[in-house]
Amino acid sequence: MWVLRCEKRVDVPRWLDLAIPLVAVAGALAFSGILLAFLGVSPLEAYAAMLRGALGDWYGVSETLVKAIPLALCGLGVTLAFRMKVWNIGAEGQFYLGCIATAAAVRYFPAENGMIMFFLMFGFAIFAGGFWGAVPGFLKARWNVNEIITTLMLNYVALHLADYFVYGPWRDPAALGFPMTAPFHEAARLSQYFDSRLHSGLFIALCAALLLRFIFKWTRWGFEIRVVGQNPRGAHYAGIPYLRNLVLVMFLSGALAGLAGMCEIAGLQGRLQHGFSSGYGYTAIIVAWLARLNSLAVLLVAFLMGVILVGGDTLQIVMGLPLASTQIIQGCILFFVLGGEFFRYYTISLHKKEAE
Amino acid sequence: MEILLPILAAAVRSGTPILYATLGEIITEKAGIMNLGLEGIMLMGALGGFWINHMGYSPWLGILFAFGVGALMGLVHAFLCVSLRTNQVVSGLALTMFGTGASSLLGRAFIGETIPGIRAWPVPGLSEIPWVGPIFFNHDPLVYMAYFLVGFLCWFLFRTRPGLHLRAVGESPQVVDASGISAIRLRYLYTILGAGIVGIGGAYMSVVYNKLWGDMMTAGRGWIAVALVIFAIWNPLRAAFGAYLFGGVEAMQLRIQAGGTGISAPLLLMLPYLFTIGVLLFISIRKGRGILLGAPAALGDPYYREERE
Repeated sequence: MWVLRCEKRVDVPRWLDLAIPLVAVAGALAFSGILLAFLGVSPLEAYAAMLRGALGDWYGVSETLVKAIPLALCGLGVTLAFRMKVWNIGAEGQFYLGCIATAAAVRYFPAENGMIMFFLMFGFAIFAGGFWGAVPGFLKARWNVNEIITTLMLNYVALHLADYFVYGPWRDPAALGFPMTAPFHEAARLSQYFDSRLHSGLFIALCAALLLRFIFKWTRWGFEIRVVGQNPRGAHYAGIPYLRNLVLVMFLSGALAGLAGMCEIAGLQGRLQHGFSSGYGYTAIIVAWLARLNSLAVLLVAFLMGVILVGGDTLQIVMGLPLASTQIIQGCILFFVLGGEFFRYYTISLHKKEAE
Repeated sequence: MEILLPILAAAVRSGTPILYATLGEIITEKAGIMNLGLEGIMLMGALGGFWINHMGYSPWLGILFAFGVGALMGLVHAFLCVSLRTNQVVSGLALTMFGTGASSLLGRAFIGETIPGIRAWPVPGLSEIPWVGPIFFNHDPLVYMAYFLVGFLCWFLFRTRPGLHLRAVGESPQVVDASGISAIRLRYLYTILGAGIVGIGGAYMSVVYNKLWGDMMTAGRGWIAVALVIFAIWNPLRAAFGAYLFGGVEAMQLRIQAGGTGISAPLLLMLPYLFTIGVLLFISIRKGRGILLGAPAALGDPYYREERE
């Protein structure tokens, strides 16, 4: 009789770092393809349409980059927290807070100078998103309150808070009853390039990734975060302050998501409105995980997820499939990446069982 | 006092789906597996139950089907977490993401349709009792089933041998394995069973409570259930108390909204979530002083027979 036996690898070959995510994404696409086939949609046609829509022309590529910006920023925030093994599931809420704060800056401090306005919005978004992250961080550090739940609950609170403003005090009387604020003035808009919607948020995302890379690789603090994540007790003995680091990590994590919010509404939508987010904060978790918490890889994966999102839009227009189908593909990718992790650390082999 | 009665009765009804989800998660977590996919499982259960009833079959078959759908998703989670030993947090998130997307995609044909569902069935005799009757015994059979499930789980977990094994596998799978019972099999079993019960909670939303299907209709109740498990310190009886308390907050929020007090609706909608954070904070502060303990020691840790700690 043959039996499966799995053994732990002694060392992990480098090529697996690339092979596993690639095989996982391919497997996820194959599996979602089966689901699509059940719904009477040809998966090959659907994927071809997605690729054409996202990468077929400059417009598609620019839209993909536009979606990759908030994904990269939120993904970097999530990466930072996950490195410390703090489960910040609240990027979505922190993203919302960044949006609300940006709208507040524009509403109450409408500077005419583009530079001043930019830094005002920048500061507001960082502070608001950071605050939304630091609160669960503090609660966890001080009383060990489960951060998964608090960050998640704060997502819902943030969503309703945004609704409160756009339905209530900030609603534009000229919007014919639509729940949205007045459009931002020119100085509050990020510059857009190449005749597309691609905006300067791209540079913010790139800078953030490089900065994070630098922190992780070259600074003492980056090392401390990793130590706290891998061995909180050891970190304690080594005299690494837990509370301060945790709150700071959660603040920065939230601030990055808040910046994503600022880019989204100052760069793209130009106003705060009901239901403006497409779940970037949740997708960011996949981005971070698929990038194996490597800040430069986050950029690449964010682009890949952008392809799926823009492709999903195309699917919606061309084939009438709802946006939810991209969520299914995302879920599948996460499943397969998770499953693939197993093969990084273990090998499976067939053995002949000896007669007893 | 007359005003209070309908609110309390509504609290029990709107607390029931959360209660099922909480009970399911307690079983799973007691076995040492954390399942954060509740929201997705509930949505799939809600859709499954609705679908069966919509096709003209009995709503009870729908509830059973929702259990099956939940169990299937539990199987996926168990395979990833027990056999492939993956990160349980992320696996649960994937389950939620998949469930949200799949239910929304498959359910778009049903939006706006209604079903007969399961009707209220006041318990003869018991529902006549003043106060207690209208609050607890003037509902649908699934509410009574939830009472029964709470009692059964209290007995099963703390008074029976299989219940002892279940608790042991969440505390120390090594010891269970060493005593000749397969820790892996137990973890599979209770992850699947727990997720099935969560599926029933979802079906309660669509088949009993609303009698229709709506995109994202669980609105975070799955996550609230995850928080309630901690609030309940993994005890089914406290879970019931917590779930009905939650139902009460929800019922109050609806009343205030309908009463037109001038408080903005979005602010009221925040209440259940803020309340969850408050409850969690309260419980954590007390736990910090060493009063409450009850978390399974091996919760969230993958187990591999041939590895040492």
